[in-house]
Amino acid sequence: MTELKLPNPPAQRRWGKVLAAVIFIGLVIWAFTGMPAFSIKANAVMVTKSIGDGLIHPDWAYVWTGDGEDLTSTLLETLGIAILGTFISAVISLPFAFWAAHTKHKFWLVTRSGKFVLTAIRTFPEIVLALMFIKAVGPGSFAGVLAVGFHSIGMLAKLFSEAIENMNGGAGEAVTAAGGSALDVTMLASLPQLLPEFVSNTLYRFELAIRSASILGMVGAGGVGTPLIFAIQTRSWPRVAIILYGIIVLVTATDWLSGALRKRLV
Amino acid sequence: MEDLLPKQKLNWHKWALTAVLLVALVWSAFITDAHLGLFFTNFSQFTELFVEMAHVDWAYTGYTLEPMLQTIKMSIIGTLLGSALAFPYALLVSRNIVTNKVVVGVFRFILNIVRTIPDLMLAALFVAVVGIGPVAGIFALTIFTFGMVSKLFYEAIETIDPGPLEALRAAGGNRIEIIRFAVFPQIANYFVSYVLYAFEINVRASTVLGYMGAGGIGVYLQQALSMFRYDRVGVIVLVIFVVVLAIDYVSGKTREALL
Repeated sequence: MTELKLPNPPAQRRWGKVLAAVIFIGLVIWAFTGMPAFSIKANAVMVTKSIGDGLIHPDWAYVWTGDGEDLTSTLLETLGIAILGTFISAVISLPFAFWAAHTKHKFWLVTRSGKFVLTAIRTFPEIVLALMFIKAVGPGSFAGVLAVGFHSIGMLAKLFSEAIENMNGGAGEAVTAAGGSALDVTMLASLPQLLPEFVSNTLYRFELAIRSASILGMVGAGGVGTPLIFAIQTRSWPRVAIILYGIIVLVTATDWLSGALRKRLV
Repeated sequence: MEDLLPKQKLNWHKWALTAVLLVALVWSAFITDAHLGLFFTNFSQFTELFVEMAHVDWAYTGYTLEPMLQTIKMSIIGTLLGSALAFPYALLVSRNIVTNKVVVGVFRFILNIVRTIPDLMLAALFVAVVGIGPVAGIFALTIFTFGMVSKLFYEAIETIDPGPLEALRAAGGNRIEIIRFAVFPQIANYFVSYVLYAFEINVRASTVLGYMGAGGIGVYLQQALSMFRYDRVGVIVLVIFVVVLAIDYVSGKTREALL
């Protein structure tokens, strides 16, 4: 029996793969140069042990103390920051979305500049933004609301503009053909198509906002991050553990709720 | 004329949802002490910071390159380690590879929990364990990548064509052979694409990890902010912006070529 062999791939593709592999390996080697050698210190084992101990015996008493600084209150504050921040950003995102959406009858520079501004907002570190708002309105959850609200524009307006770009123009033309005014086109054709998409995008962004709201407190912008950073700095692992569990519950619950709502919308 | 349009049913749950949303908004404004007035009266302070940032301290650019490169290195290693862990884990939680529902359910539950841990918190924890430096950042990024990429991986694996799997199973192939010859060729390109995507996100994330002491450009960002040197903050933000744009561009082009 003759040996069966698979045909060789075309030479051009093979060379491309070799080149990609060489670049990849080169990058990895470069990445490891200059990194401090990893060594397990004696105290690392001890710290890991006490963290594990804290995870098993979380500080249950902290869940509710009634003084407004406990886990339940700060988690609710986090939820408030995310809701209000996402709402503010959804409102501001609308004009930005129409600015950046690539549609007909529009000068290309307008679209390009809109997209560039959105990328700039997205890339601006959220923590720096939070610190700037803290300077303006003082530490607390309102600074967190503003940071979430401003930072979310970058992504939300991008998603909105993509929804506008993908909109089916047929419905609008039909309304125009039937003698509808520009207002009729917006109310009867564009809005019914865009609204579910906008709400769905906003809910998705809300899921991410919960995650940022829970860490913004680490720099003083309110929410559950503030007690978290104190607990980590004072190495009180049982308290870190209970806060971590609280964040997990909050994120999972809001993810589930928003996912269920989005499923019904689209 | 009006009668020509079909009557819309009054769907009460839409109104109920709107009412719930309104209550939630008012409640949020109450609990977060939101004062839009305060924001507008102090708006000058906010713009002042922007103006200070705009007076960029160009001489500082040279000092930011070294930590920026460290940030990129951290992201490369973190993405690599996280993806390497994610690959076998994704196979373990794919319903078409592992048919045992209990195993899949338990490991998916663990994955979902890992995914909810915020990246900055991971950084703070690892700084406590391995000390201040880029190693803590690498660990944080590894866990972060693992959670993100595992989910993308298993979703890709579950959408593959079952034909080759069945063919190999019928021909008597074992698990490893099925994965090597039926699963891997179908998803290899998706894997590379997702890893690149994770890398883009990691570069963004790692720029702030340093804020908790986990190495890279974030350390310099934190120093500049705590010394109120907003001219330096401006430089760092610009450098981050340029690097993120460049990496997004290269990675985006590569992903386009792959898919």
